[in-house]
Amino acid sequence: MSEIIRVEDVWFRYEGADFWALRGVSLTIKKGELLAIIGQNGGGKTTLAKNLNGLLKPTKGRVMVDGLDTKTAPTHEIVKRVGYVFQNPSHQIFESTVWKEVAYGPTNLGLSPEEVKQRVEWALSEVGLQGYEQYNPYDLDYGKMKLLTVASVLAMKPQVLILDEPTTGQDHAGRRLLSYLSKKLNREGFTVVIITHDMRFVAETVNRVVLVSNGEILMDGSTREVLNAFDVLKKAAIKPPQIVQLASELRKKGIDINALTVEEALQEILKHYKS
Amino acid sequence: MDMVWVKNMEPIIKVENLTYAYPTSKDFVLKNISFTVNKGEVLAVIGPNGAGKSTLLKALNGLVPHFYGGKYGGRVVVSGFEVLNTPISKMSTKVGFVFQDPEDQISGLALTVWEEVAFGLMMLGYPREEIDKRVREAIDYVGLTGLEKRSPFELSGGQMQRLAIATVLALRPEVIVMDEPTAQLDPLGKYEVLSVIEKLAVSGSTIVLAEHEIEEVVYFADKMLLLDKGEAVAYGDTRKVVTMVEELKRRGVDPPSVTELTSLLKEKTGVDVALPVTLEEAVKIYSELLR
Repeated sequence: MSEIIRVEDVWFRYEGADFWALRGVSLTIKKGELLAIIGQNGGGKTTLAKNLNGLLKPTKGRVMVDGLDTKTAPTHEIVKRVGYVFQNPSHQIFESTVWKEVAYGPTNLGLSPEEVKQRVEWALSEVGLQGYEQYNPYDLDYGKMKLLTVASVLAMKPQVLILDEPTTGQDHAGRRLLSYLSKKLNREGFTVVIITHDMRFVAETVNRVVLVSNGEILMDGSTREVLNAFDVLKKAAIKPPQIVQLASELRKKGIDINALTVEEALQEILKHYKS
Repeated sequence: MDMVWVKNMEPIIKVENLTYAYPTSKDFVLKNISFTVNKGEVLAVIGPNGAGKSTLLKALNGLVPHFYGGKYGGRVVVSGFEVLNTPISKMSTKVGFVFQDPEDQISGLALTVWEEVAFGLMMLGYPREEIDKRVREAIDYVGLTGLEKRSPFELSGGQMQRLAIATVLALRPEVIVMDEPTAQLDPLGKYEVLSVIEKLAVSGSTIVLAEHEIEEVVYFADKMLLLDKGEAVAYGDTRKVVTMVEELKRRGVDPPSVTELTSLLKEKTGVDVALPVTLEEAVKIYSELLR
């Protein structure tokens, strides 16, 4: 896989702040990856994510997106490639209908009305919001508002999609739907980066996990590696999902179970149970 | 001599056939809800977003119907006061309310954590010494000692939510109502706030709590009420409700992972084990089953 984003020794300090929010972060994201950036609030994960699409520019070091340096390339060139879905849908939504909200981005790209129409229809069908075109966004429930913000960003056809805390404020059904949608978009070729601290969501959704704490990357590895690194997670005050804890406790008792999700645990336990 | 704790079985909250619609809602958002909460009990209200959880909680302190208006049927009695006939000002001395977003709770008028906690007591005209004592106790209880002079807006999410709880505790309400108090917090914040709630539960506070973190809530909730589309679709002892795996899944609510796992295993193999509701119970069951 070829790389789409390269973060090279990035240091970041907010204007007027007397501390570094990022301290020497390096990271490469390849095309087609599905990864999570996890960590506590205030640890630097959102700052890192906003450096990935040029919303913030590194104080020191550099970020390359599709070969473009975010410090020197025009912001609209970066934003076209890396779409950012904000945590709070009401910080993103401003149009009076669902259709207009999704059409805003592609219209601004200067696309023809026909192309805009196709993009809007496609983006709404991707997230399952066909039929809601004429709704006022604020009449949608919270889960659908979130889907609408994903559609608005998708309509720009970015190569990379960043989802900032997509499950905050969602109920369990909303969380499952967002997990399904992230995997589906990734299968269709989008590179998906999810900022989250919902460990069950991480276990059920992504392949790679980057753990950020105190402005540094504490660990970067497969979901299985990171969620089983209890000592490192503890340093970041993160509890692994219940299933991962169960498997770990059983291994301590000599029962070899290795699982991240309920479904995996079921298969593993069935193997043991039958033998 | 063996000692046991006996909980006082006097209901402090009695809800009978509560039915309610906001002035603007097309349909009823609460339909014929009945339950009781005894003194010292913890009731967890679970269900998908839009099920009516927040509305139900607001019916306990009188925001529903006094603030919102609307169509109201049935009876809610808290600490002997019928909510429909009692002004919010009176109900709010009986029922403390913790909102989902701590920023909704913080007055914005107080410059420090200490003043924020003292604010309600000052408004009620308590003497200085009593205010000092209660503020100190409340801040200590939620683990914010040392931060008294900070601005509330300099706190982390978990600290701010614990401050919100302290402002409620300082007024010593008979019932504490919390509306998804951890929904906006990171894992550390969730842990901090859930630890305070568990401490309150163990020390005999009466609590009604809406919460999605069911894996944590099972450790301290005595009962659960499952709401869906304004109806109470399950109600009873926590273990009973949380092991209704099919019912929960149908309503879009995930039971604890270990409960769901074991339910699936029973379905596949017919093995005869009790459904665990905590990690510890599951470890015990599986280490015996797979030995």
